[in-house]
Amino acid sequence: MTVDRRQLLAGLGKLLVLTPAAAAAWEYLEAGRPEEAPSYRLADHWWAMVIDVEACIGCGSCVRACKTENGVPLEPYYFRTWVERYHVPNGVSEHPEVDSPNGGYDGFPERYRPGDGAKSFFVPKLCNHCAHSPCTQVCPVGATFDSPDGVVLVDKSYCLGCRYCVQACPYGCRYIDPRTNTVDKCSLCYHRITKGLTTACCETCPTDARRLGDLKDPKDPIHEFLRAHKVQVLKPQMATGSKTWYAGLDGSVR
Amino acid sequence: MAGLFVVGLALFLVARKVLVPVGFGELGHFRTGAIADNRAPKLVHAGRAACAECHSDEPDRLKSGAHRGVGCEACHGALGAHAAAETDVKPARPDTGTLCLGCHRQSVSKPAGFPQVDPKEHGDGSGSCGGCHDPHAPAEEPKAPPAEEAKKP
Ligand code: HEC
Ligand code: HEC
Ligand code: HEC
Ligand code: HEC
Repeated sequence: MTVDRRQLLAGLGKLLVLTPAAAAAWEYLEAGRPEEAPSYRLADHWWAMVIDVEACIGCGSCVRACKTENGVPLEPYYFRTWVERYHVPNGVSEHPEVDSPNGGYDGFPERYRPGDGAKSFFVPKLCNHCAHSPCTQVCPVGATFDSPDGVVLVDKSYCLGCRYCVQACPYGCRYIDPRTNTVDKCSLCYHRITKGLTTACCETCPTDARRLGDLKDPKDPIHEFLRAHKVQVLKPQMATGSKTWYAGLDGSVR
Repeated sequence: MAGLFVVGLALFLVARKVLVPVGFGELGHFRTGAIADNRAPKLVHAGRAACAECHSDEPDRLKSGAHRGVGCEACHGALGAHAAAETDVKPARPDTGTLCLGCHRQSVSKPAGFPQVDPKEHGDGSGSCGGCHDPHAPAEEPKAPPAEEAKKP
């Protein structure tokens, strides 16, 4: 086999930039056949998400991308991810105003005026992919479960539609799909991340306010993010072992 | 009494065999095949790396400009179908009149450092932004407006 300089450099570049598994998958992505990427090893990954609240501009790109990528019903109230707008009078309040018109799908029509003495910001929400998830513990048949690579998934062919998990999730991240009467929720774009791509929401987030990370990959930038920022999970008192970390989270956020 | 117990046990084992799906419990309290089911859906967003396989102008211009962090499909919408069959699915050109303000419309809830404009004060009043800004390199000396001098924001 002869290797010209271009091939060699391209190969070296991939070695440097991509982990071996991702490099192998890359060949298939390049060929436009990502579904044939070689087998993905469950034991090599532990997925998580970091959210930078101070970077979110409330454009709703993630909400739209999520719905198209995952075929989520377009009517309001069905969301795998959504964005909330907080408005905290006097900066400190037990009772912040929170709204999320159509989950942020169409962006946020301006409601507030500058100089009203409040602080206001956007908070993207999604399944927290908890390591000790209350939702999977209550499933009577094992149709929702923590996958060995750290993603909370649903087995649609086996779900009874009993709604226990919908009630058990402290973050309100689950809904019953009206078409199948089974539960649906964020799968962390499992069909994408297991092929070396990022989630649809991260792909379309213009400001990197949300980033997918693999905690078992020592070269993943998520480690640097977690070191450089002070982070918090939602409802830490629930001890869910949430793997969605928020940087710049305000105490008013529920 | 013992007979009843044996019959009960047999019934339980048969029911269990029928009700518990194949592959259940191999990796945890779930059906192993559910992992493959969750991997099965087709890609709807191709990802920005795929676009650069065929297009070079736009990715190059994007890279050096203010929109370097913005993915192609954040503006163009999901184009996995186009990336898989580029001539069968022809993408529409986004309308800058609605697209740009989706991100840049002024709001007190946005981070203060994010560039925002009030459409009533910024631009040429046409509602469109493409006349002055190149969407792939928006800050690169906005083109002079067609008629009068650009109104500063
Ligand atoms: C396999 C090669 C290929 C890939 C991958 C690809 N394109 Fe294209 N694209 C083309 C070709 C060829 C055309 C011209 C089609 C025509 O004119 O019929 C085109 C046309 C377009 C147009 C319309 C141009 C016009 O003149 O209106 C846009 C926008 C576009 N592509 C964006 C994208 C984006 C965004 C991606 C990544 C998601 C992408 N393309 C991926 C080959 C590709
Ligand atoms: C900030 C939003 C935005 C981003 C990001 C963006 N585009 Fe575009 N793109 C547009 C708009 C708006 C037009 C339509 C321009 C027009 O009508 O003149 C366009 C036009 C195009 C065209 C048609 C040819 C042309 O230049 O008129 C192609 C091809 C294209 N984009 C590819 C891409 C690719 C590939 C990427 C990612 C590397 C990308 N775009 C990223 C907004 C964007
Ligand atoms: C998906 C969200 C998104 C869309 C749509 C979008 N932009 Fe941007 N734009 C950004 C981001 C993110 C930045 C970088 C901001 C930063 O550097 O903090 C940016 C930066 C800019 C800047 C540079 C501002 C500066 O001071 O550096 C201009 C000008 C701009 N955009 C104009 C446009 C125009 C015109 C359009 C429509 C073609 C558009 N944008 C569409 C997200 C978007
Ligand atoms: C008449 C020409 C013109 C039109 C039309 C126009 N802009 Fe601009 N825009 C400019 C100029 C010139 C600047 C640079 C001025 C400056 O930096 O003070 C600019 C700057 C910007 C900035 C950066 C502002 C900042 O604070 O750094 C953004 C964002 C922007 N434009 C968005 C838009 C959007 C969105 C539209 C469409 C609604 C639009 N522009 C239409 C001429 C135009």
